Amino acid sequence: MAITPNPHKTTGLLGWIDDRFPLTKLWKDQWGEYYAPKNFNWWYIFGILSLVVLVNQLLSGIFLTMHYKPDAAQAWDSVEYIMRDVPWGNVIRYLHSTGASAFFVVVYLHMYRGLLYGSYRKPRELIWLFGCLIFLCLMAEAFAGYVLPWGQMSYWGAQVIISLFGAIPVIGNDLVVWIQGDYIPSDATLNRLFSLHVVAIPFVLVGLVVAHLIALHEVGSGNPDGIEVKKHKNPETGHPLDSIPSHPYYTVKDMLGVGVFLLIFLGVVFFAPDGGGYFLEKPNFEPANPLVTPPHITPAWYFGAFYAILRAIPNKLMGVIGMFGAVLAFFALPWLDRSKVKSIRYKGWIFKTAIALFTVTFILLCYFGMQAPSEIGTLVSRIGTAIYFGFFLLMPIYSKIDKTKPEPERVTYEAH
Amino acid sequence: MKRIKHILFAGALMAAAPAFASSETAMPYKFEPDTGNEASLQRGARNFMNYCSGCHSMRHMRYGRVGQDLGIPEDLMQANLMFTSKKPGDHILSAMPADAEQWFGKQPPDLTVETRMRGPEWVYNYLMTFYLDPSRPAGTNNLMLPGASMPHVLGELQGWQVMETAHAEEGAAAAEAHGGAHAGPGFTLVSKGSLDEKEYEKFVADTVNFMVYTAEPGRNGRISLGIKVMLYLLVLTGLFYLLKREFWKEVH
Repeated sequence: MAITPNPHKTTGLLGWIDDRFPLTKLWKDQWGEYYAPKNFNWWYIFGILSLVVLVNQLLSGIFLTMHYKPDAAQAWDSVEYIMRDVPWGNVIRYLHSTGASAFFVVVYLHMYRGLLYGSYRKPRELIWLFGCLIFLCLMAEAFAGYVLPWGQMSYWGAQVIISLFGAIPVIGNDLVVWIQGDYIPSDATLNRLFSLHVVAIPFVLVGLVVAHLIALHEVGSGNPDGIEVKKHKNPETGHPLDSIPSHPYYTVKDMLGVGVFLLIFLGVVFFAPDGGGYFLEKPNFEPANPLVTPPHITPAWYFGAFYAILRAIPNKLMGVIGMFGAVLAFFALPWLDRSKVKSIRYKGWIFKTAIALFTVTFILLCYFGMQAPSEIGTLVSRIGTAIYFGFFLLMPIYSKIDKTKPEPERVTYEAH
Repeated sequence: MKRIKHILFAGALMAAAPAFASSETAMPYKFEPDTGNEASLQRGARNFMNYCSGCHSMRHMRYGRVGQDLGIPEDLMQANLMFTSKKPGDHILSAMPADAEQWFGKQPPDLTVETRMRGPEWVYNYLMTFYLDPSRPAGTNNLMLPGASMPHVLGELQGWQVMETAHAEEGAAAAEAHGGAHAGPGFTLVSKGSLDEKEYEKFVADTVNFMVYTAEPGRNGRISLGIKVMLYLLVLTGLFYLLKREFWKEVH
């Protein structure tokens, strides 16, 4: 039976594959002939950087898994074994541990870009939702990974976070025991967190990233002007007038971005892997001891804001709801923003003030979430929590009454 | 201009951060570890093996690796530094029996990564600030770790000092304000040891340097590899910049 020749007219090995598998089509659709607006600024680099960090985590993770032992009696020793007896094991581990923090840095900035330029607005709601799910997975992944070295902070961090489920009425306590597989965090807990960290969550994470990218390349990228480039197409080619093919233009631009990112990232990996005690925390250089509670149990920096919200609310159940609500609030964003324009460039002073307030609040919450409880910390966290939720809940009102500026017909771009 | 404002804002936030930082016990002595100084590391290894390893293990550190990294020939290691084992592949384990807990009230902790848990400066200050305190079972107490169960093992070297309670905090604060301390603030030596003040400070510095090394033996290798990676990346990123600029000339 004859094969239908592929429409790309490729020959040789590639032609043979294209007759049987849409390889050239995939490349062209997803990157080669994916037309993206030409006016991206550097805020648009964090998507590709998230991908770079994801690959770094997967690769370094594979090598760590070869030497790590998910056993409460051996986990801590096996990490030190990696640090000493595995050739370049220290660098592999630092790539992974610094990568965890870098992941949150680039993902937070990627999300912030979305906030600034209204990337979540119609028709990109699904891209945003997939992204929020990725963020959720990332938090679960980071938590599980943090427990694996089985140091003091690993252990007590696990204890604090898992015990949050105990706040759920009626089933809470049984649920905690079910999750831990024991009455306290133990070998059983470590084993299941290992399973989640290296199999279940990465599997879902990669799947979601693929969905995120397929959705993006289906509807097309937004841009800093927040206008749809597809409104003005070249009648001959059918491509938007203000767009350029990703390859080679964004290929070379992304390479430059990745180069700069690697300089910073590997600078930390090689010269300051502890990240000033924020990427690798001092108390975690003491093996887990269920009998000794550390003086301050603080979360990793990237959970600081959510932990601050948890502590700001006096009732434990409400605190837990507040903490998860703070993450879930992002999901609703496409339907909360009622502004006539997408981009911050054309929004009025009310929206700009709201975003500025939210930014400062988020940073302050991050900071106070990492500190031991204090009066000023509680006060700031409470006000911050109110502002945080106010930003989302009041958005339908303030984004609607905000006086916007007119959007341009075509994107603003100055040739270099 | 806007960009500059953003950067300034971020900078101001970061600069403000330490102002909030909670204060821990002020450290009267400043100390910066130096793991590039091989002679110091060798002396530190000698100090550790002779004065510390009787009670404290480094159960993640192998004798052979110490010799290899610090340039100590195997026969010298065997003869002078390996007290609990003759096999270079063995870990540095103390001679303490399991029931040692009864001697001091707690098992002496493993010190392999102590400097990463406490910080090198803390360990330095800990070894500098033992003082006579008759209320303690061993007769000494410590400024950094009040109620420490460890006796002042290095007393014969440093000598014995008393803490002037009234001036201790004052002295520490003053030392802090002047960006360093030469004299032990708030402490007065009441009987001399076999080393003078400078010699003892050097002794402790060598020992802590060695402990910083054992906390991550691959540290120096990582840093020297890092420099090569940075140089490579700088060139590569420069080329990427030129490439980007060239391609984007066509975009109007």
